[in-house]
Amino acid sequence: MDLRLTAEESAFRDELRAWLAINVPKDWSEWREKPIEESYPYLRAWQRKLHDGKWAAVSWPKNYGGRSATLMQQTLFWEEMARVEAPPMANSLGLGLIGPTIIACGTEAQKKRFIPKILSAEEIWCQGFSEPNAGSDLAGLQMEAKVDGDHYLVNGQKVWTSYGWVGDWCELIVRTDATAAKHKGLTALLVDMKSPGVEVRPLRQMTGESEFSELFFRDVCVPVENVLGKVNDGWNVAMSTLMYERGSYGARLQLTFNRYISRLIELARTVQRNGRPASEDPLIRQKIAQCSAEIEIMRFNQMRAFSRITATGVPGPEGSIQKIFWSELNQRLQQIAQELLGSYGQLLGGDPHAIDNGLWSYAYLRTRGNTIEAGTSEVQRNIIGHFVLGLPRSY
Amino acid sequence: MQFGLSESQEFLKDSARKFFAGECPSSEIRRLMETDTAYDTALWAKLTDQGYTGIIFPEEYGGVGLGKVELMLLMEEAGRALLPGPFFSTVVLAGSVLDAVGSPAHKKKHLAPICRGEARATVAILEASASWNPRDVQLTAANGKLTGEKLFVSDAAVANFILVVARNGVFIVDAKAPGLKITPMSAMDLTRKLYVVEFKNTPAEELGPLTNLPRAFEVASAAMAAELVGGMQRTLDITVEYAKTRKQFGKPIGMFQAVQHQCADMYLETESSRSAVYYAGWALEENAPDAPVAVSIAKMYASDAGRTVGNRGIQIHGGMGFTWENDLHLYYRRAKASENAFGDATFHRERIASLIIDAPGSVAKSA
Repeated sequence: MDLRLTAEESAFRDELRAWLAINVPKDWSEWREKPIEESYPYLRAWQRKLHDGKWAAVSWPKNYGGRSATLMQQTLFWEEMARVEAPPMANSLGLGLIGPTIIACGTEAQKKRFIPKILSAEEIWCQGFSEPNAGSDLAGLQMEAKVDGDHYLVNGQKVWTSYGWVGDWCELIVRTDATAAKHKGLTALLVDMKSPGVEVRPLRQMTGESEFSELFFRDVCVPVENVLGKVNDGWNVAMSTLMYERGSYGARLQLTFNRYISRLIELARTVQRNGRPASEDPLIRQKIAQCSAEIEIMRFNQMRAFSRITATGVPGPEGSIQKIFWSELNQRLQQIAQELLGSYGQLLGGDPHAIDNGLWSYAYLRTRGNTIEAGTSEVQRNIIGHFVLGLPRSY
Repeated sequence: MQFGLSESQEFLKDSARKFFAGECPSSEIRRLMETDTAYDTALWAKLTDQGYTGIIFPEEYGGVGLGKVELMLLMEEAGRALLPGPFFSTVVLAGSVLDAVGSPAHKKKHLAPICRGEARATVAILEASASWNPRDVQLTAANGKLTGEKLFVSDAAVANFILVVARNGVFIVDAKAPGLKITPMSAMDLTRKLYVVEFKNTPAEELGPLTNLPRAFEVASAAMAAELVGGMQRTLDITVEYAKTRKQFGKPIGMFQAVQHQCADMYLETESSRSAVYYAGWALEENAPDAPVAVSIAKMYASDAGRTVGNRGIQIHGGMGFTWENDLHLYYRRAKASENAFGDATFHRERIASLIIDAPGSVAKSA
């Protein structure tokens, strides 16, 4: 056990720091509050710049435009990005989930065709997994794909598609064999979202925004060379994508949570409670301390998990504790913010009395989704129960 | 950066697990807990042979010179086996206080016999206020003598000497000193006995000032949290095994999500406590600036988790979990005593708050 940075890790961080000092945009604070549709070209340009410096996909292998960064280096990457308050990258699903899946499962032709434009943000990717009748039970999905000569004809509906509104391409999981057992008849397709028959409808969520879309496919033609992995092996391709999802997200969140808690401590010094600053109120102190401690523990869990993955080569189902931990912690954190701010907590952005321009009312509502998206807490607990503890399958 | 255990750390942990499993089966724990002191000379000799009595102390005093992470691993395994008797009081607590506060001469005289397995010791801290805040200590030494009372002193009856925290320093009292009276307290944890220790014009030699005492308490707090982790792991293992075999409605109860999800939460709480404890051990070893916070995070989280893991484990066992013959209540009792020792979660949350809210520049932290 040695938590100091190695020489390689320090060198990586220093090189990134030097690059960011010159290249990070100074005007992001003016853009960040605007609707994403407006700021999207800005985010594409930022990703392009990162790509030019070979920083867009540090986790990717060197020969695909990455830096073959270790998990610890990836953590350092996100820490440094957060430290300078860098904007997010436009093609985050392409870089984080779908690109790595194409590198792992794709043909040479697919890699050559898709990887460069994922990196440069020329083509934005979305992910078509969930359906109205297949959420937690993903393998029950019904979207149908039938071979018709040199292409598939795709019919059906997807839901909860992130970046659907801007997606140029989609990693789509479809049913290619209706007679096989439910995990066995699935195939992953790479689909051009401009194909005739694709309809994208924004899905308005409880925060009022539309991060997600519904996708409708009517006789959409997908060339057979766009199968990702093997036909009827789509379940394994999808699982490999989801593994990346659960693996990399925590590192970024810890920094966001630290910013939240630091801001709450600042606010607690000015908010009055029983005639004195809330920062002196024993209950508020207890709650802030608990939350702050849990943010640290999230970091410790993450570091331990990374060391284990580095030693064994694969992320295990233990990653589910990270998903449960961050999502439930974020909800508790936002509830503390609400308690601290009292009546002000409910004010939306734009209201002249709102604190931090409505950040806290937004975050309170948005975090409600955290225990649902990317695998519900219930599914995560099933994974721990069955795959980690060896209890009999409950479903 | 590497948060995994090294090969030698894994080896220490594995051999400790095997040693404790062999020496402290449930039957032996139950035999010792029915005795007055829960102390066994044969077991003590074996702990000494393993080098455990000198684990973190310098070799010049007969110690093994290992680090705080290794101490965490040893105490985790001791907690898993519910090691009874004065090991914690003697080695972790009194040993750390001697190491932090004592002069080389004191260490030679008092720490070396602990390392050699020849002496048992404890530290008298709490008074009638039962406050873990050192500021609340009232007892004061005057002219080399102590008069007053300490409560909740662990394993005092088998100690060869007692280290006493007074307002004006830490003092050593010999077990045979005149005016010293030790009376058992009847408490929940049957494997680690508590005592009232009274002093009446009792001669006491000064060990040193209070300045370095907090660091010794930090080592003890983290090690107590490590013990809790071991207890949680054992409770989880016993419970998962039961959930796989116990059948109701024709199925193993572990197949029901209401049961399975409680097991998942036990796992989450145990692993998270473990991460916090290992980090605290590392921060203490490296004298990292965040060591005080790290220790409080570990003790805070493990104190609450030790209790909730026990609650869930007993609940899943149903009626069986409520019986005397089932071992879970032994862990549950220990967890309550350990939760309280060196400050419970509420105590450590306030300590964290004072470090992150009140300390100057604290908000600039890592954001």
